[in-house]
Amino acid sequence: MKYLGIETQKPKIAIFDFTSCEGCQLQLVNKEETLADFLAAVEVVNFREASSARSDDYDIAFIEGAVSRNDEVKRLTAIREKAKVLVALGTCACFGGVNKLKNEFEMKDINRDVYGKNPKETLWVRSVGEVVKVDLEIPGCPVSKNEVEAIVRHVILGAPFTFPVYPVCVECKQRFTSCLMEKGQLCLGPITRGGCNAPCSVGGTGCWGCRGPATDPNYDSFFAVTADRGFSKEDVAERMGFYGTFQEVQNR
Amino acid sequence: MLYKTIDKEDLKNLIDVHLHDVECIGPRQVGTNAKGRPLYQFLPVSSFDDMDLDYDTTEYSAKTYFLPYKEVLSTFHFDDSGWTQDITYRKHPRIIVGLHRCDINGLVKLDKVFAKEFHPNPYYLSRRGNTLIIGIGCHKHCEGGFCSSIGSDSVTHGFDLFLTDIGDRYFVKVGSDRGFNALNKINVRDISDEDRNQYLSNRNNFESSFKKTVKVENLPNLLDIEFESEVWKKWGDKCMSCGSCAMVCPTCYCYGVTENLSMDFKKSEKTKQLYSCNLYDFAQVAGGHNFRPARETRLKYRYYHQHRGFVETFGQPMCVGCNRCSRVCLAGINPTEVIRDIQMEHGR
Repeated sequence: MKYLGIETQKPKIAIFDFTSCEGCQLQLVNKEETLADFLAAVEVVNFREASSARSDDYDIAFIEGAVSRNDEVKRLTAIREKAKVLVALGTCACFGGVNKLKNEFEMKDINRDVYGKNPKETLWVRSVGEVVKVDLEIPGCPVSKNEVEAIVRHVILGAPFTFPVYPVCVECKQRFTSCLMEKGQLCLGPITRGGCNAPCSVGGTGCWGCRGPATDPNYDSFFAVTADRGFSKEDVAERMGFYGTFQEVQNR
Repeated sequence: MLYKTIDKEDLKNLIDVHLHDVECIGPRQVGTNAKGRPLYQFLPVSSFDDMDLDYDTTEYSAKTYFLPYKEVLSTFHFDDSGWTQDITYRKHPRIIVGLHRCDINGLVKLDKVFAKEFHPNPYYLSRRGNTLIIGIGCHKHCEGGFCSSIGSDSVTHGFDLFLTDIGDRYFVKVGSDRGFNALNKINVRDISDEDRNQYLSNRNNFESSFKKTVKVENLPNLLDIEFESEVWKKWGDKCMSCGSCAMVCPTCYCYGVTENLSMDFKKSEKTKQLYSCNLYDFAQVAGGHNFRPARETRLKYRYYHQHRGFVETFGQPMCVGCNRCSRVCLAGINPTEVIRDIQMEHGR
C-alpha cells in the first residue's frame, strides 16, 4: 500500500487475551465500514478471536486483559521477549480494570466464592505494566476502534500519537449534553481522560472513569464539588475504584 | 433604523408558512436540572410551536451554528500522481429565532474577529451570511446575567429583525434588507404613537429591573496591575480545567487543528476543533514546553483575553455577560465574583 507515492510498512501484529471479557479484541473486528482497510494495513499473525493464523513472529503485541495467574505471568513475559512493541489494550490491561475489585477482598474468600470446593491457584490482579514493560497504553472499556485505527496509522507512518489530555467534559459539551451533575447524577467526567467522545454521559449515564485520569486532574476541587452536591465519600470512592483507574489518588 | 409592528400570530405565519423551506433554529426546552429549573437549548425546530420564546437563557450559546465544535476545513485526496484538495463551505440557508441581546452582541464581537474587512474567515462568513437572525428582547433576569454591567444590554446591529413583546404584537426593529423583505411577506404596520410609547415603557422597565452587578470600566488596567494577585490562585485552585466555560461561551473561539488520515491512506481531513485556554495543553508548544502548566495561569489568561486583550484591540470586552460560564461551572467559578475580587485587591 502506498501513501503519497511511498510504500508503507505493514506491521505484523498479534493479539493476546489475558484476564478479561475479550470485548476489546472484539472491538478490533467492529466498525465494518473500515474493517477491510484496517486488515489490509496490517498483517495479523495471531488473533485467536478472529483468525486461525498462529505465529510467534510479530512486531507489535496487543495485550488484552489483566494478569491474575502465574501461567499468565509466564506467557506475558515470553511475549514481551518476542515483541518489538508491546501495547496494553483496554482498561484491564492498562489499569487492571474491574478485575482489580478482587484485590479488595481476602484471597481465601474470593477463591471459595468463585471456585467453591475446587480452589484454583490465583494471584492478586495486576495491570500489564505492573508485570512487564509496556510501550503504549490504549485505555477504554472497551477501547475505541477509532482510536486504535488512528494509533495504527501513526505507527505505520512513524508519526507520534498523542491522546487528548483534557477531561471527558470537553467532548460531552461538544455533543450538547445537559450536565448530568447538574441533574443530580454522579459523573467522573471532570477528572477522566477524554477521547471516547463521551458515549456514556451523552447516553444519560454518568462517567465511570474507564479511560483513567485526565492530565493533571484537580481531585481536590472534584471532591469538594461532589461533597457539595451531596455525594458521600463512599459513593465517590466506590465509583472511582470500579475500574481501578484512580489508584494514584485513592492510595495517596 | 426602520421600526414596524406585527401581530404575534404573524410571526408564526412567517416561520411556518413563508419560511417553511428554511432550516429553523430556536430555543427549545430539553429538560430540567436537579432544582427543577427548565433547561433550554438552541435546536432545530419543525414548527414555530416547538419553540419557547419566553425562555430565560439557554445552556449553550448559538455560537455553534457559526463556529461548530468540529468542522472539516479541507479534504485531501491522494493518488499515485499526487494529491488534490477540496474545500466546501456551508451554504444552506438557516434562520435563528429568539436570540437575546447578549447573544447578538456576541455575534457582533465574533464578526470583528472573523468577518473583518482584510482576510475574513470564509467558513464563518458563509455561515453568518446565510443565517437570518430574528432576535427577541428578554424581559426577565436570567440567573446571574450581567449584560447591563458590561454594555451588552442593548443591540443596534448584527440581526435582521429584532422583536420586542408589546402585548398582543411585536415592536420590530428592521436590521437589514432581507429582514425587511421577510417582513413584507406578512401583515406589517407602521408604528403608532401607542406602539412607540409601549416600547419605550417596556425598555424603561427592563432597564430599571436590570441592576449593574459589577464595574468593568477600568478593568483592563486593573488586570494589568493585578497580574501577580493571589486572587488567581484562589479561583485557579477551584478550576477543574474541563473547558466547559469556553464551550458554552458565545464568544470563545480558540481552536486546534488536526490532520486525520483515512484507514485506506487515500484521503485526509484537516479538522478544526474548538478548544479552551483552560485545558492543560493549551499553551504547550512543539518540543513539549508548556507555557501555562498551572491552572491559575490558564484561568487568568481566559480573563485576560475576555476583559483586557480584546478591549485593547476592539475597544470593548469579549464577554457579553450572559453568565453561561458561571452556570455551567461545577466548581462555582463566577466572573462577577472573580472581577469583584480583583477590584477588592486594589481597594476599590
